[in-house]
Amino acid sequence: MKEGKHFKVSAIKNGTVIDHIPSKTVFKVISILNLDKLEDKMITFGSNFESKKLGSKGIIKISDKYFDREDIDKISLIAPQAKISIIKDYEVVHKEVVEIPDKIVGIVKCINPNCISNHEKIQSKFLVLSKEDVSLKCHYCEKITSQTDLNLI
Amino acid sequence: MVSKSLVSITDCTKEEYLRILNLAKEFEANPHQNILNGKIVATLFFEPSTRTRLSFESAVLRLGGRIIGFSEASSSSSSKGETFSDTIRTVSNYCDLLIIRHPLEGTARLASELTSLPVINAGDGSNQHPTQTLLDMYSIQKTQGRLDNLTLTLVGDLKYGRTVHSLIMAMATFKPVFYFVSPEELKLPDDYRVFLKQNNIEYHETTQLPHAMKVADIVYMTRVQRERFLDPMEYEKTKNAYILKAEMLSDTKPNMKVLHPLPRINEISTDVDSTDKAYYFQQALNGVYTRQAIISHVLGLK
Ligand SMILES: [Zn+2]
Repeated sequence: MKEGKHFKVSAIKNGTVIDHIPSKTVFKVISILNLDKLEDKMITFGSNFESKKLGSKGIIKISDKYFDREDIDKISLIAPQAKISIIKDYEVVHKEVVEIPDKIVGIVKCINPNCISNHEKIQSKFLVLSKEDVSLKCHYCEKITSQTDLNLI
Repeated sequence: MVSKSLVSITDCTKEEYLRILNLAKEFEANPHQNILNGKIVATLFFEPSTRTRLSFESAVLRLGGRIIGFSEASSSSSSKGETFSDTIRTVSNYCDLLIIRHPLEGTARLASELTSLPVINAGDGSNQHPTQTLLDMYSIQKTQGRLDNLTLTLVGDLKYGRTVHSLIMAMATFKPVFYFVSPEELKLPDDYRVFLKQNNIEYHETTQLPHAMKVADIVYMTRVQRERFLDPMEYEKTKNAYILKAEMLSDTKPNMKVLHPLPRINEISTDVDSTDKAYYFQQALNGVYTRQAIISHVLGLK
């Protein structure tokens, strides 16, 4: 707790901190990462903190848990400015701001009910047309799935 | 030439369009060439489309190839619950080329990733029908002597019409001017308007046919289908506004031709058929030459 920044949510010894989550998506992040089903890890989170950048932000800390790329890509889709910090022995050993990748494989459901990806057991695939206002072009049906239609698998 | 698939019109470069159109010209001059001798082509039609299937089969037979396949899902293994992926993997063992028609979107793309054989998309739901687009381009080139700098008037259902959408994307590489004529309910989707603006392509939208007819080099008619309208009254009111009649042709350019992907219902009055503006039946014949060209292109035979 170098600068005492996160004093409202207690510090963790080892694990991951997800910061700069828009307040309204904190629970969504918890749900897409299946944190509500994690039984043996300590999770603390807070929401509606003041933030210069976001107006109001949330933060999630998970002890002894590290996320893989697919999970981080998921976070990037619903909290595009989120900051991930890896904590080892109370120190931040790695920090990154999430970024939506150029291609998205398997984590978003295509909005088009007539798309073959919704009928066969295959991974969905998208080309990211816009990262700011998320716009994904399906590799199969070529239809656009946008931010408002986003449905994570 | 390595073998490859034709799944989406947007996969093609301008050079590939021109190469296929040149091959089509060759086949028109000399339609019977035995280059598919000993080859087996599978036509897998998971939904019926007699016109498209016969056009493909005629193309294969003119090239000396043989055909296996089915013409509707009920006669195929998918009616027994086999997945699309399994059908494609299995049939791939029996042939040298797959031609696929399917009611779901993205099926041809998926098939092309499941097999090492070339795949030709003969229509995947509302998504793509690239051989139709190429035969439309061939017809445009043949009647106008060129593809560049033409005025194209597209009429009818511009919202759902996939042939129209693909034609817009493909012709955009040739600096056209577009006139879009449709009822308010069936206007071109925003995506295409954005695409045209980004590419600095001139276009006009109108609900009135007469002026857009006068300036056109090509008038491309499509069906306005009753089921596209939420309000049946609206359909009754609008359907007659987009019927092309012989009397409307008097003030058009001498080189103007009328195209239609067929089948037509009533959107082109039969009195147009005997005029020199009607080109839709030759257009269908061009489909065979164009498909011969596409088959030999993807198989690397030409
Ligand atoms: Zn899709």
